[in-house]
Amino acid sequence: MSDISVDPKMVEKILQNQKYKDLVTKRSKFAWTLSIIMLIIYYAFVLIVAFAPNLLGTKISPQSVISVGVPLGVFIIIAAFILTGIYVRRANGEFDTLTQQIKEEMK
Amino acid sequence: MTYLNKILTGAGVLLWSSGAWGAEAAKPGEALNMTAIAMFFAFVAVTLGITYWAAARTKTTKDFYAAGGGITGLQNGLAIAGDYMSAASFLGISAMVFAKGYDGLIYSIGFLVGWPIILFLMAEQLRNLGRYTFADIVSFRLSRVPIRTLSALGTLCTVILYLIAQMVGAGQLIRTLFGLPYSYAVIIVGTLMILYVAFGGMIATTWVQIIKAVLLLTGATFIAIGALNHVHFDMEAFFRSALEGVKASNLADHKKVVAENKDIFAPGGLVTDPISAISLGLALMFGTAGLPHILMRFFTVANAKEARKSVFYATGFIGYFYILTFIIGFGAVVLVAPNPQYIDAIKGTLLGGNNMAAIHMAHATGGNLFLGFISAVAFATILAVVSGLTLAGASAVSHDIYANAIRGGKVDERVEMRLSKFSALAIGIVAIFLGIQFEKQNVAFMVGLAFAIAASANFPILILSIYWKNLTTRGAMIGGFLGLVSTVVMVVLSKTVWVDVLGNKAALFPYKDPAIFSMSLAFVGCWLFSKLDNSAQAQEERARFAAQSVRCETGIGASGGVQH
Repeated sequence: MSDISVDPKMVEKILQNQKYKDLVTKRSKFAWTLSIIMLIIYYAFVLIVAFAPNLLGTKISPQSVISVGVPLGVFIIIAAFILTGIYVRRANGEFDTLTQQIKEEMK
Repeated sequence: MTYLNKILTGAGVLLWSSGAWGAEAAKPGEALNMTAIAMFFAFVAVTLGITYWAAARTKTTKDFYAAGGGITGLQNGLAIAGDYMSAASFLGISAMVFAKGYDGLIYSIGFLVGWPIILFLMAEQLRNLGRYTFADIVSFRLSRVPIRTLSALGTLCTVILYLIAQMVGAGQLIRTLFGLPYSYAVIIVGTLMILYVAFGGMIATTWVQIIKAVLLLTGATFIAIGALNHVHFDMEAFFRSALEGVKASNLADHKKVVAENKDIFAPGGLVTDPISAISLGLALMFGTAGLPHILMRFFTVANAKEARKSVFYATGFIGYFYILTFIIGFGAVVLVAPNPQYIDAIKGTLLGGNNMAAIHMAHATGGNLFLGFISAVAFATILAVVSGLTLAGASAVSHDIYANAIRGGKVDERVEMRLSKFSALAIGIVAIFLGIQFEKQNVAFMVGLAFAIAASANFPILILSIYWKNLTTRGAMIGGFLGLVSTVVMVVLSKTVWVDVLGNKAALFPYKDPAIFSMSLAFVGCWLFSKLDNSAQAQEERARFAAQSVRCETGIGASGGVQH
């Protein structure tokens, strides 16, 4: 037996609800898009580390000692933070409003 | 006069003769640091006060495991950061930057990028589906007894390995910082974590983590400002002086970098081959998403909204922290490496080992008082992490094994809570015992192993149970065990254990990190054996996916969810 049972009629009703369908499509598309962006950024970095580490050692300018790897690393950290911000903004606004409306309709 | 003696006179402290500790004598030079001890006592007094306050508010299992669900997003974000930023990352990563340069940043990035993934794919799902442990989510539609047992096993393996590594690190660190003998340090850490968890539950643990996060972020900010202030905040000058610092340095690690003509601003010896690089990347990223003490934090907030906010704040704090460790590491090359008072000339390392880079930086930038502060913060850091781990381990025993697997969910709350407190006590005693046993052992592999198990056993079953309709109990059990067993076997046969710990000549498994293989095995196992599973039970489990996804998406029926 599983731990929790949910009223099957309620489930059926929500599954048929248009707003619920919209919510699921939008949210999952958004979440997976952002995940893929993060994965691409990170694994591109990992692959450079793995196959072309010297590329990261290229200097940002002939006069400078700083390598491109330094700003790139900081950029990945900031990008991770910004992506979470983008997700939270839309999810806590648009998606939560939709969820609220679905709950209202289910009463 | 040695550096540590200077601290002593500077702080006006009495020097404990090594004889005072009897057989457990501290080594010469590892003398008691009173400023640090006074600040540490202040921290302990405040946190014990909070524990006392929290104990009065811990009446139900929900209070005990999830702080009553009343933690805000910002508070939880800080607590997650406090749970995640271990002394190993503060001292270890700044030391890695100090010794090897850019490699430290590769680790930092790997540790950070798991967080956005947790947010996008797991945070609100965890909140909506679970109550106290991540096993709640997996057993939502899968069979309770086997799944709870597997999840509890995955949790306990991760927790114990992580705990041993923290305990050994704590003992060694505290011996160096405070001049306390190793075993005393381990016993103090163990006792405090038992007190926090057993009496104050999640409420006390959360506040210990929040206070520690604030202290650590503040302290690290000041060290980094000190480092940059030295070059008047000119980044070009900062990196140039780091480069010159390495060339002029007398330390063995730096001499090696110069001799091998390595670029400290490019990837160095950390990653030797592409498979290892990718494998390490996987373990760091998805290990975070399978750490039970981290996952547990998502049940402390009221709803999905706050759960999301917590990851946003946590990612910001943790990312900021890693940028600081990068600055601190290079700052130490500039300010610590050239100064003989910080150097152990015989060993060719920093005094107390290269892991002390951040600690010496505190002295170099802020003098004795600041050194005492940072030492106390390092101790507080360990306490916050081990408390989170102990609570996660205790809840696996009481909530997953006892209340759900053995008693089928029908259990008196008070009995469950009492068992949880005793489990915290038992885990604490085991951790103290193992911490002392492993004093002379090389435990560096344990955190890596904990991450690899989390990535290969906990994470696959958790993510598949949320997203993949066809996952069945049989598939999850086989996949989960494959991930767990293959990780342990591959790590034992790899160089880190087979050669470095067991003393054999050559490793039987060529890679340092097994995640790429063990995660694949776990996912393929889950997929294949779920697909082959056409039992009546499997059909029922698939049928329950609809109800799960409704609750997962909307939070309707979620524990402590928003009630309207």
